[in-house]
Amino acid sequence: MSRAFLALYARDVRLALRQGADATMALAFFLIAAALFPLGLGPSLDTLGRIAPGVVWVLALLSVILSLDRLFQADHEDGTLELIALNPHPLFLLVLAKVAAHWTTTGLPLILLSPAIALMLNLNEAGYLPLIIGLLLGTPSLSLIGAIGAALSLGARRAGVLTALLVLPLTVPVLIFGVGAVEAAILGLAVAPHLALQGAVLAGALVLAPWAAGAAIRQAVQ
Amino acid sequence: MHRLANPATFLRYANLLTPWFLAGAALLGLLGLWFGLLDSPPDYQQGDSVRIMYVHVPAAYMGLAVYLAMAVASAMFLIWKHPLADAMARAAAPIGAGFTLVCLVTGGLWGKPMWGAYWVWDARLTSMLVLFFLYLGHIALTSAFDDPNRGSRAGAVLALVGIVNLPIIKFSVDWWNTLHQPASILRFQDGQIAAPTIPAEMLLPLFLMLGCFKLLFLALAVWRVRGELAQAKLRNLAMDGR
Repeated sequence: MSRAFLALYARDVRLALRQGADATMALAFFLIAAALFPLGLGPSLDTLGRIAPGVVWVLALLSVILSLDRLFQADHEDGTLELIALNPHPLFLLVLAKVAAHWTTTGLPLILLSPAIALMLNLNEAGYLPLIIGLLLGTPSLSLIGAIGAALSLGARRAGVLTALLVLPLTVPVLIFGVGAVEAAILGLAVAPHLALQGAVLAGALVLAPWAAGAAIRQAVQ
Repeated sequence: MHRLANPATFLRYANLLTPWFLAGAALLGLLGLWFGLLDSPPDYQQGDSVRIMYVHVPAAYMGLAVYLAMAVASAMFLIWKHPLADAMARAAAPIGAGFTLVCLVTGGLWGKPMWGAYWVWDARLTSMLVLFFLYLGHIALTSAFDDPNRGSRAGAVLALVGIVNLPIIKFSVDWWNTLHQPASILRFQDGQIAAPTIPAEMLLPLFLMLGCFKLLFLALAVWRVRGELAQAKLRNLAMDGR
């Protein structure tokens, strides 16, 4: 069973690395959208520093959501998803493998880029570590919850916007706890409770999201 | 439930019961408004503005109850393949969205004189807004496919996924520091059910309005299911090339 997981994970990562442009587009969006804020709000470092935690998190959220369409869409179009659903291995595990590959090629680069974005937005130095840890705990949840939305909108018209509309309300807790952790650190308050709740959301998503996404995939390939 | 799975039987019951639902809703609504607006005491702190409660609370309750009904219908559709359950879920979604919107708007109108703000981002209001977005997402999803059956199946999964929001809404006033009033009717203290903190003179119009909204929902939902069945018939006729 773990061989099936690793095989699918390796396949997806290899495909994503070969079509480099698809995965890096999310990073490019993250960077360009972050640059829009100083351009729109004026370069005052005070203002930017005050909104930096929220802006970095919202942009990370939007970047992950924009990249969700490459999770299942291509496989659905050429029939691979149907084969994955018919596989004797549990669909839960295979969905988890695809989501893990998606996080490795989208979420992880996002986390690596986030300190640079935080620098651009003049985030208070106390906020950097909670930001990175929060993103480490939060972006897998975003990929997992996003997988549900991506699976639900397979074959729909305007699938991209529809996925965003479905996923954004469900990811609100991740956003709230992530920003809460950074702002608590800046104010000198306890950070651990926010990160613990972030971890709790991840634990819940790890168990429930692949199952829900699998159910949605079965409805899509029926 | 199984007898109602036959569309013809359902339509017979529907045509019979809808006028009674509407009449009952009108009666309870009139009684509720009479007691609520005229024959109940003003609040000792809020004066007469408390009377918005008689619309706001039933609307909020129905927003949650309709979502639960949608989720149950979706489960019946996915698990037992009940043929009318998906029509019920599709029918209920806009009604639930409407109740939630009424709750949010009346809450804002109540909040301005009481809290000084139309809207605050506290846990109860935010989670109700998320519920509204879930309703909108469900409506968008079920109508985003050319094959309506595919839309019903996807919407059913979404309705079940969104169930996690319901306990969050209910317990948000206990778990977080909120401006919103804590639980006053269905509340727990030390692990046991405690009495409501609202007096009987106010509970009467509240429950009358709740009954009115419930019957209104039943009438509207059955009406819309009739519409969905008619749409399905039209689609079948179109497919047959007539």
